Amino acid sequence: MDNDSEDQVNFIKRTKADTMTGMKRALFFLSAILISVIAFSQDAGDKPVGMADEMRSNGRIYVVVAVMLTILTGLILYLVRLDRKISKWEKSERKS
Amino acid sequence: MNVPRLPALGETIRNLYFHVGMWMAMMTLFTISFVQAIRYLRTNKLKYDIYSRQYSSIGILFGILGYATGGIWMSYTWADPNNPAAASFSSIAREPKLIGAAIALLIYFAYHVLRDSIQDIDKKARVSAVYNIFAYAMLFPSIWIIPRILPSLHPGQDGNPALNLKDLSPAMRIVELPAFVGWALLGVWITTVKIRLTLLKEQKLIQ
Repeated sequence: MDNDSEDQVNFIKRTKADTMTGMKRALFFLSAILISVIAFSQDAGDKPVGMADEMRSNGRIYVVVAVMLTILTGLILYLVRLDRKISKWEKSERKS
Repeated sequence: MNVPRLPALGETIRNLYFHVGMWMAMMTLFTISFVQAIRYLRTNKLKYDIYSRQYSSIGILFGILGYATGGIWMSYTWADPNNPAAASFSSIAREPKLIGAAIALLIYFAYHVLRDSIQDIDKKARVSAVYNIFAYAMLFPSIWIIPRILPSLHPGQDGNPALNLKDLSPAMRIVELPAFVGWALLGVWITTVKIRLTLLKEQKLIQ
């Protein structure tokens, strides 16, 4: 406890050089804050985070659309292949 | 239609009708395939072997579609929104449900490889019917039981996911259950078309 109070007294009794570094430090912090504010304003003006692309817009309804289209194309491709197989077999059957 | 507003899911909750429906159809088709394999072993009629084979191949089709739709769904819900889905691949690929489903599908791929590698028709039918029964025995442990024991991002870790009538909103349930039945019946219909073609093709063989 005693040591602490001594330190605090020493801290208050600043020399001129100490105040200069204090001012430098304040300037440094101010500039850092300004830079971060500039950076942040650019970020916020650009896009909201987490809504990076079209698939994430409108509550991500387009994900559902993509899933539906995948199933439809998958099933239709399979059925078209089956249809081709059937017509191939029909042709060979007519010949024989 | 109103759906529950859930964090991380948003409107993608509607994928339940499609993605889960694929797996329901796959399980139905594999179950029918299993039953037909038993019927073949009981009666030794090659007709049932053809049934079993075609049901399992359409089941694989639905399984692949389920996997693809799951891939799309997870890359917009599990993946970090600020990274492309490929960047979070290493964490997603560890998902036990994904690995389990892949194992189940690979077992059924192996069924088709095994079938086509045997020349003798009766031997082929008998060996693949027995293999089909074992594959079906592995299906449910690998897609349901093992993923449920391990920690997972995939929803539905306890109870009967998607079929538990208590944890789904009533409005969604009205659409969901008919959709599941519909997907399963669509799969059965596609299979019957294919079975009819195969039966016509191999008419001489069967008699």
